[in-house]
Amino acid sequence: MKLKDINDKVNPRFFEKHQRSIYKSLEDKHTTIEEIDSEDPLNSKMILNMGPQHPATHGVLRLILQLRGELIEKTKIDIGYLHRGVEKIAENKTYQEFMPYTDRMDYLSPYSNNVALCTAVEKLAEVDVPERAQYIRMICCELARISSHLLWLGTMVMDAGAISFFIWTFREREKIYDIFDEVAGHRFTVSHSRIGGVASDFTDEAVARIKEFVETFPQELKDWHKLLDRNRLFIDRNEDVGIVKTEDALDIGATGPVLRAAGYAVDQRIINPYLQYDKVDFEVPTRLEGDNLARYFVRMEEMGESIKIIQQCFDKMPKGPVRTNNAKQAYPSKDEVYYSMEGMIHDFMMTDTGICPPAGKEVYHAVEAPKGELGYYIQSDGTGHPWRLKVNAPSFRNLQVLENILDGEMVADTVVIIGGVDPVMGEADK
Amino acid sequence: MSLNLNETEQAVVDGLSDKFSDDLIEVYQSCDHTYIRMEADNIVDICRYLKTEQHFIFLCDILGTDRYTSDERFEVIYNMMNLRTQDRIFIKIRVEEENPVVHSVTSVWKSASWYEREVYDMFGVRFEEHPDLRRIFMPEDFEYFPLRKEFPLLGIPGSIALPDTTPDTE
Repeated sequence: MKLKDINDKVNPRFFEKHQRSIYKSLEDKHTTIEEIDSEDPLNSKMILNMGPQHPATHGVLRLILQLRGELIEKTKIDIGYLHRGVEKIAENKTYQEFMPYTDRMDYLSPYSNNVALCTAVEKLAEVDVPERAQYIRMICCELARISSHLLWLGTMVMDAGAISFFIWTFREREKIYDIFDEVAGHRFTVSHSRIGGVASDFTDEAVARIKEFVETFPQELKDWHKLLDRNRLFIDRNEDVGIVKTEDALDIGATGPVLRAAGYAVDQRIINPYLQYDKVDFEVPTRLEGDNLARYFVRMEEMGESIKIIQQCFDKMPKGPVRTNNAKQAYPSKDEVYYSMEGMIHDFMMTDTGICPPAGKEVYHAVEAPKGELGYYIQSDGTGHPWRLKVNAPSFRNLQVLENILDGEMVADTVVIIGGVDPVMGEADK
Repeated sequence: MSLNLNETEQAVVDGLSDKFSDDLIEVYQSCDHTYIRMEADNIVDICRYLKTEQHFIFLCDILGTDRYTSDERFEVIYNMMNLRTQDRIFIKIRVEEENPVVHSVTSVWKSASWYEREVYDMFGVRFEEHPDLRRIFMPEDFEYFPLRKEFPLLGIPGSIALPDTTPDTE
């Protein structure tokens, strides 16, 4: 298909230059194949524009597919529809002020993002975090992982055709939301982690709810395994679909469950233990096939491992403070703010200038978010604002994988593959 | 500041100072990670050497920074990982403000494609021999590079004026 034909047909009206360049780029991909196929007497080729408002693309993802019959010949992905410039915003905010913005990045697991930023800043400014706070963070991060994987499971199985499953996973997610409501005071964007610790300790109610969830959830998980693991329809729909080859996985930049399903046990919790992950015992599930079914098994097993981690955290969690007591590094407690002059001044100083890491220092710290390696690179110039803050977002990297693996698949499988890769556009578009 | 390098990092520094002694500018450490600053000219060879000889097969990220200085304004940082020893290393190169061009490393790691597009989109650093160098977040019609320090936080230069902050003025 020639660029002129495409332009005649689609006739873009908004951001013309942008539209034209993306169709041009689609035409240029694998140009050698293009020339062999230039004869197309049956006219079976077409350009399918999917998104950005397609309900099954999980956000504002836009795919431009060139089809030959039902086969996808080549794909280009257009992202940026949710670009809010958070890196620019970060340069104009104090470190603590920026923290709530991280909730809006990967909005399916906000707690992991809070922790990723806070641990990076703590490493940069050499802030010690009390052990209890670290365990609280770990428990909540694992709950966030389960919550994110539950959404993936519900929508992915729904994309494959089973509607009722979505409702069951959302019932469990609702329980996690209730837990976060009790822990942090918010259901969705929690913003509970603080630089130097967490905002508040667990209440008895919260502990009871988490423990109840940890006890009941494995049974649910078992039921879902029973329903899907040997389900002929589900396997036929997912097996050998969207394969990330083991030899390609690293080269095309896969991360998280997508990489682990292709055979590499890369998990930041193991290779670079942060918080107290070196004190708990858990496995990193991997598969070799790299297809959608392998990604399903990896994520399902990860949820089981998360439950194991939460149980161990409760056994090991000591009593004590949940925020560092150094008023130059973290917000003082509200008791101090309301009843002492120093507390008031420190609270004002933290809000006004915030924590000032030494000039010229830089840090990269990565955590294992549900989607993969979530890294924060921060460069400090000695003031309360970062000079440069870069988010290494796992969804961004996995979308690049998606662009590579869609070529040669069937068009009907597109939605299932997107579901299996599990991108979140808030994070990919920054 | 004395360096505290582990075995892999030592091997990288030794290897680079052996093979690319003219390009090596400085080695320093910050917060447990080692940063190596190199000349920009041979970046493709350096990356290929690190990938094939030192087993840095996993490119995690490429990021740009704006140093806002008169010479060598932009910095491009390559964040790569050695999966055998699970060590991370950062290679830095600097480019001038006038005509910032860097050789693309997509021939070494395929995943560099989107990372380089992001650097181009945000800072205007162009990558030579990149297979598909387009903007990634902003539309092609956008004329500015938003993460450069002179780009304002609010409003686009030459675009519609921002609303008045004082409602009473005419």
